[in-house]
Amino acid sequence: MSMELDVFVGNTTIIYEEVYQLWLDGYSVNDAVKMRKENGALSECEASDDVLQSDTMDQYRTFQMCERLLYSPSKLANQLLFQIPAHSQTMLIERYYEFDHNFAREVLGKKLSKGTKKELDDISLKTGIALRSCRRQFDNFRRVFKVVEEQRGPLVENVQHHFLLSESLAKDYAAVVFFANSRFETGKRKLQYLSFQDFAFCAGQLISYWTVGAVDNMMEDMDVDLEKEFLHDLKELKVLVNDKDLLDQHKSLVCFQLREKIRVFTEMEANFKNLSRALINIATKLINTKDVRDLFIDLVEKG
Amino acid sequence: MPGKLKAKIVAGRHLPVMDRASDLTDAFVEVKFGNTTFKTDVCPKSLNPQWNSEWFKFEVDDEDLQDEPLQITVLDHDTYSANDAIGKVYIDIDPLLCSEAATVISGWFPIYDTIHGIRGEINVLVKVDLFNDLNRFRQSSCGVKFFCTTSVPRCYRAVLVHGFVEELVVNEDPEYQWIDRIRTPRASNEARQRLISLMSGELQRKIGLKVLEMGGNAVVGYLQCFDLEGESGLVVRAIGTACTLDKISNTHTSASATNPCNSSPSKDMKEAGFGEETPGVPLSSGPPTPLRAQTFSSFSPSKSYSRQSSSSDTELSLTPKTGMGSGGSAGKEAGPLKALLRQQTQSALEQREFPFFTLTSFPPGFLLHVGGVVSARSVKLLDRIHNPDEPETRDAWWEEIRQEIKSHAKALGCHAVVGYSESTSICEEVCILSASGTAAILSSRFMQDGTLDTEHRLSRQQAPVFTSGAEKGEGDMGSSASLGFEDLMPPGCGFCHIPYDELNMPFPAQLTYCHCCRRYKVPDVLFTTIDLPTEANITGKGCLIQARLCRTKKKAQGEGNATAISNLLPFLEYELHTQLMNKLKLRSMNALFGLRIQISVGENMLLGLASATGVYLTALPSPGGIQIAGKAPSDITYEQHISNMQKKINDTIVRNKELYEINPPKIFTLDPEAFRCINTELVEEVIGSPIPEPRQRSRLFRSHSESSDEVSELDLSHGKKDAFVLEIDDTDAVEDIHSLLTDAPTPPGFYSCNTEIMPGIYNWTSALQMFTSVRVFRLSNVNVTNQGLNKVFNDLCENLLKSLYFKLRSMVPCCLCHLNFTVAVPEDELIQVAVTAVAMSFDKEQSLENGRQIVDKTLMKAITENEEQLQFPLELTAESSSSAFCSAKGLSEVSGPLPSARAPSVDYSSFTDRCSSWIEQLRLKAHTIRRGSIKTMSSLEKASPLPEGRSRSLRSNRSYAGGSVAVVKMTPLSFLPGTKIIKYLGIINMFFIRETTSLREEGGVSGFLHSFIAEVFAMVRAHVAALGGNAVVSYSMKECVFMENPNKNQAQCLINVSGDAVIFVRESEIEAATPQPHSASAHTSSSGEGT
Repeated sequence: MSMELDVFVGNTTIIYEEVYQLWLDGYSVNDAVKMRKENGALSECEASDDVLQSDTMDQYRTFQMCERLLYSPSKLANQLLFQIPAHSQTMLIERYYEFDHNFAREVLGKKLSKGTKKELDDISLKTGIALRSCRRQFDNFRRVFKVVEEQRGPLVENVQHHFLLSESLAKDYAAVVFFANSRFETGKRKLQYLSFQDFAFCAGQLISYWTVGAVDNMMEDMDVDLEKEFLHDLKELKVLVNDKDLLDQHKSLVCFQLREKIRVFTEMEANFKNLSRALINIATKLINTKDVRDLFIDLVEKG
Repeated sequence: MPGKLKAKIVAGRHLPVMDRASDLTDAFVEVKFGNTTFKTDVCPKSLNPQWNSEWFKFEVDDEDLQDEPLQITVLDHDTYSANDAIGKVYIDIDPLLCSEAATVISGWFPIYDTIHGIRGEINVLVKVDLFNDLNRFRQSSCGVKFFCTTSVPRCYRAVLVHGFVEELVVNEDPEYQWIDRIRTPRASNEARQRLISLMSGELQRKIGLKVLEMGGNAVVGYLQCFDLEGESGLVVRAIGTACTLDKISNTHTSASATNPCNSSPSKDMKEAGFGEETPGVPLSSGPPTPLRAQTFSSFSPSKSYSRQSSSSDTELSLTPKTGMGSGGSAGKEAGPLKALLRQQTQSALEQREFPFFTLTSFPPGFLLHVGGVVSARSVKLLDRIHNPDEPETRDAWWEEIRQEIKSHAKALGCHAVVGYSESTSICEEVCILSASGTAAILSSRFMQDGTLDTEHRLSRQQAPVFTSGAEKGEGDMGSSASLGFEDLMPPGCGFCHIPYDELNMPFPAQLTYCHCCRRYKVPDVLFTTIDLPTEANITGKGCLIQARLCRTKKKAQGEGNATAISNLLPFLEYELHTQLMNKLKLRSMNALFGLRIQISVGENMLLGLASATGVYLTALPSPGGIQIAGKAPSDITYEQHISNMQKKINDTIVRNKELYEINPPKIFTLDPEAFRCINTELVEEVIGSPIPEPRQRSRLFRSHSESSDEVSELDLSHGKKDAFVLEIDDTDAVEDIHSLLTDAPTPPGFYSCNTEIMPGIYNWTSALQMFTSVRVFRLSNVNVTNQGLNKVFNDLCENLLKSLYFKLRSMVPCCLCHLNFTVAVPEDELIQVAVTAVAMSFDKEQSLENGRQIVDKTLMKAITENEEQLQFPLELTAESSSSAFCSAKGLSEVSGPLPSARAPSVDYSSFTDRCSSWIEQLRLKAHTIRRGSIKTMSSLEKASPLPEGRSRSLRSNRSYAGGSVAVVKMTPLSFLPGTKIIKYLGIINMFFIRETTSLREEGGVSGFLHSFIAEVFAMVRAHVAALGGNAVVSYSMKECVFMENPNKNQAQCLINVSGDAVIFVRESEIEAATPQPHSASAHTSSSGEGT
């Protein structure tokens, strides 16, 4: 004695964000029903457990069917299977591609390959994010990476264009892609105190000033790779340490720029010589890929 | 003579990967019509091929154009092996054959495969050049319009209603042919889809011919059904009402459409038919021509059409054709002429073979009196159809049933049957044929020259929204009175008056004088299959009433099985009827509309489901309560038990009265309290002793005939027992009472009905959601007793309803309209229930009787204080949008529970719609207040830039997506609230099969059916959009046959849907030149409310 089949299909597909989020977070149907019950879904419309279960199942099925379309979000707007209001479409995409920063922090700088995918179990345990959700987020990273890797033009715009994401989310993806491409080492113990946001900011800066796209505005190449020539040129910076005059000039310029902008200004001013030397040492070594990868470790260790 | 069909294949998109090696597809397209096939070039290595083909031209007979679908197959080219089919698109080109409907089919169609579902889309262009056919012996009927809508379509006016048309065609089911053993499931499914498409084309053409013969130009209430008889074949049958429709000239449509009849010679011929085929022109042409031969008569060459056309021309010129003018002329005929007129109509109708009408709602003045429901059922043993060209047996079966219906109607003193429908239920080789309708007396006017103004109905329906104050009933009387119908029938109650002779009643009934006009007699209860007439006076609101019943049956074969079923049927119907009656009383109502009784037969059980919308007709007497009596009142605890139940019932009645706002005027009604007292006194007498005045038990008049043609009539009046007394000594009564009390009330904010609109609700907003829900219940381990089954079935329906309410909670206050349940017993232990309905929101404020004035006041306030009123929400928007962005920037928070600022978009659409209508009103109000309004308008416009900017920033991404898909609304109703239908583009009638051999991988049976239904919706929408439409009205899912074999990981489903493709425009768009700022400002206030 059981319900063999139970479906509800509307001409307009209405997405309930609450349930969608539960699905995205990787909850099973039963867990989702429990959560909804706790959130007081039953008091609406005098619903019973069965009703909630059936509703959750229906919505989960809809999400599963939509998921295929979300892989390339531009399809969502001109597919015919579901009639979804425009604002729901935007929401569906944005939410699907949103990610946990804790999770992103864990995979930042790692190769987005099958190998890493196997580590998701551990990451899931560590971060407390459901494995299903980890997989979705990881697959999103890979998908975005694959699409924009070979593309020309500004990285953030490419992500926005292809995945119809908001600018802030696209920037985060740009950071993830950038880190994955350059394989910056971020997993060392010493770097643990840095959050995803910290790295994302750095990525933004690097993309803006250090990449091919940034140096050469002709969109000849993409934003993803650091400009080789530029890194090569960094060697020349040695003069800033070796030459006393230049060192002083550099110091005064930097201090002028940073005055009253950072809290540790006096410390910085006092230690400028050491700091500058350390930084320039790192900079001059950036010709080697290995050293590029260790950029952040070096910055923390020696900076 | 031929027509030229032209097709062009433009492009494809989202094609599936057919070549695993390259992850690409080498696609090409085959375009087939009849026996001619064209091919496009192969578009190599692309999932989004651009073929941009030449125009493929097919020169074909118009007969073929009507029958055949255009068949488009997308294939993957393979150099070494056979080409793989990706999928197909069938395009019904019928809409292009009618000058008034669509002119071109152009758009993206889903490529459908019966095994894989939708696989990408294809862009196709189709046109037809039709040469006019002058041959009067032709077999085609191009140009006859078909409508699923069971009322006069919105932008037409009925000049004449000719009557019933029916036809059926049979064929062998490809699934059961020998060849099916060797071919693939895909080939078999496609053969079936194609055959059914062909058959329905042929059926439509044949019906069209009959309509032309009768002199009509359209079929309204077209109802087509399939009988999958398995081994014995496949029957496609259809019924409808032939009409002559005239397009109402409309400033919004092309002027050329106003007089379509002159556009082609073939149509002139149709007009020519008038004189001969229309019997009801008694004033001008003496005794009416006998019509008996009409339906089946073939065109005999001896009939000279030229002569007839000249004579009919003169007749046409005699008959007044001026809209309302005819109402006046009818008025003059009052008095002695009236009786004569009625007699003549009657005789005219009687001469028709079947005076049946599939319409369920009528132009005012058409329906004079309603007798009650007539129904007939017959159990037949299926045998192989030997000669598909002569489907005599099936024809004879239906003929028999129709005769029975006709005689029932006659017994009720009625000459016509309205709201007529037919259905079947098949299990193995046993088939139950059912027909039902409402016996009625119709006005002669539309049988001759009357013009029906549908616009009138439309405007009346909208009227309460904009006119203030006036009590609804008065408004009705006013409107119908103004049309000059009062001498033909009293307003608002005329249809309730008994059509039969008071002294010679067909069944025992208690008659009282009409509570409205006090002049004519009315029955105490009225059951009908039609929609509530718009002019009817009702008290309070209506509600869905369902009687559900499950009866076990022994497994049997052949003749024995048929006998067993026909023995069970009367009891089933009787009990359903009792349940309906009790539930009606429990809700304190006295009439049922839209009654539909479905009986479904399975191997070991019979299911009965009766659905109707209960209302309180002001004209009918107030119903009494329900009295419970025990047979042996000896035991004290037993009496306690009874009085407990009695109390519960009484409480429920009181609660329901409140819920449905039933407060009939006291003068006319018996005080329920007093009535109850009388009843309690009577209890002693009731038991066993005859009551002097036996209450009328039944409006339902029916009979059953078996395969042996033996007709057994059943008197459903409860013997001599009072209808209100339930004895609980027998288990049946306990069950009845139980089921009475277990019906959960609808949650607050919800109403439900199975008619077009909810009686008592008028202020619909434009928010609507059409849906289909299907449930299948497995009965393993259920104690297979009647009671056990009943409970299961009852719970199944109740839970389904509950689930619907929950899912649609964001639309509250709303009403589920046209709730159409279909039950089936697909296998031994399975019960299947499918529901299609539409949820429509309405404005709560205005639904209150006096709320109107309050709203007016608030609106006035809003106008005078518009600055504060409007800028407040505006600020909120700014805040909420900015905070939304902040939260997006504050990335660390996002992982947790979502910021509240984002929440409001959940039920945005309904909000927006409601608000836009609110703003709309505000604007209207502003107009009436003249100068003061300018301020409001300006502030509204001021408000617009910001939210627009906001929405742009939120949706800026969408611009990348390219042309997004046009929205197509779907509804089972004949209209969309707040809109005006400006064009009917043709009928949509589609049949799909879906099969899978990987059921588990597709998400089990639910996943399989979920995607299939979604695909069907998508294909309907795509076809409508390609015709240039933006909505489907009168949509229905006629068939949903689901079969599964979980052990083999297989399932198969057949779905048949139909509806009318239309173009609508929002009424606000018609009136307002600048709707844009309003919708934008609606955003403002909605988000303001949301935060």
